[in-house]
Amino acid sequence: MPRKVLQVIESAYRCTIEEQDDPVVWITHAMKGAGANVHLLLRGNAVNYAVKGQAVAEVNFGTRHQRQAPRIDDDIASLCAKSVDVYVVEDDVAERGIERSELVSGIRTIPRSGIARLFGEYDQVWHW
Amino acid sequence: MADKKKLTFVLMDAPYENARTVTGLRLIDLALKRGHDVTVFAYEGAVSLAFSKQAKHANAVHGRDVDQEDHPLPREWIAALFEQAQKTGAALEWINCGLCVDERGVGEAVAGVKRGSPADLWKAAEASDNALIIGAR
Repeated sequence: MPRKVLQVIESAYRCTIEEQDDPVVWITHAMKGAGANVHLLLRGNAVNYAVKGQAVAEVNFGTRHQRQAPRIDDDIASLCAKSVDVYVVEDDVAERGIERSELVSGIRTIPRSGIARLFGEYDQVWHW
Repeated sequence: MADKKKLTFVLMDAPYENARTVTGLRLIDLALKRGHDVTVFAYEGAVSLAFSKQAKHANAVHGRDVDQEDHPLPREWIAALFEQAQKTGAALEWINCGLCVDERGVGEAVAGVKRGSPADLWKAAEASDNALIIGAR
């Protein structure tokens, strides 16, 4: 049985335009594809990654039109579809005025007070 | 060595941006000095740490020429880590994320550095006693 790892993302939208995704969400997809038993906890500003219907304005510099804007909510939803457990800290969600109904389906919520217990369920915690 | 460990480190910051990378390299150095086997996965900006075209410069503000200034180059530090590993019989594997290298055009790396993928990171983490992620902020 592969060891079970929880990836924690806190820094949000750090380079999503240039990368067309979040690098930690991306590497979670890639490692899952390689057989990893990886899961995800979104906390702080990163809880916004789970809000559905995000739209990124097109980027244009002069005549250069940048295609393929990031679709972070889709990336999160497809992790859920791949049986990756994706948690958001409900206190962080509430503090940002986000309603539960705004989150992509399949997201699990956890109170801040439950994070330590959640960590205990994993062999390793990777805090990016 | 009875208590030899296998450790995985992930570095993510580009060189010359903050002290996290230096701290990470210090930890790697210490692990190698103690004979532990280390795998480093350089992700995103950290792939530039081993870029072989890093060059020293003089510093007029410091009033020093190139030799006197001896400007730090991460590529030299990484080369020194490989030498340290040889001295203590530790294994050092340094894997640059290949896509991150391509994005940045930093394909030329110091000797010993390999190109790899997230699958290699996972393989290393699975084989390690522990993994330390030093993410960008």
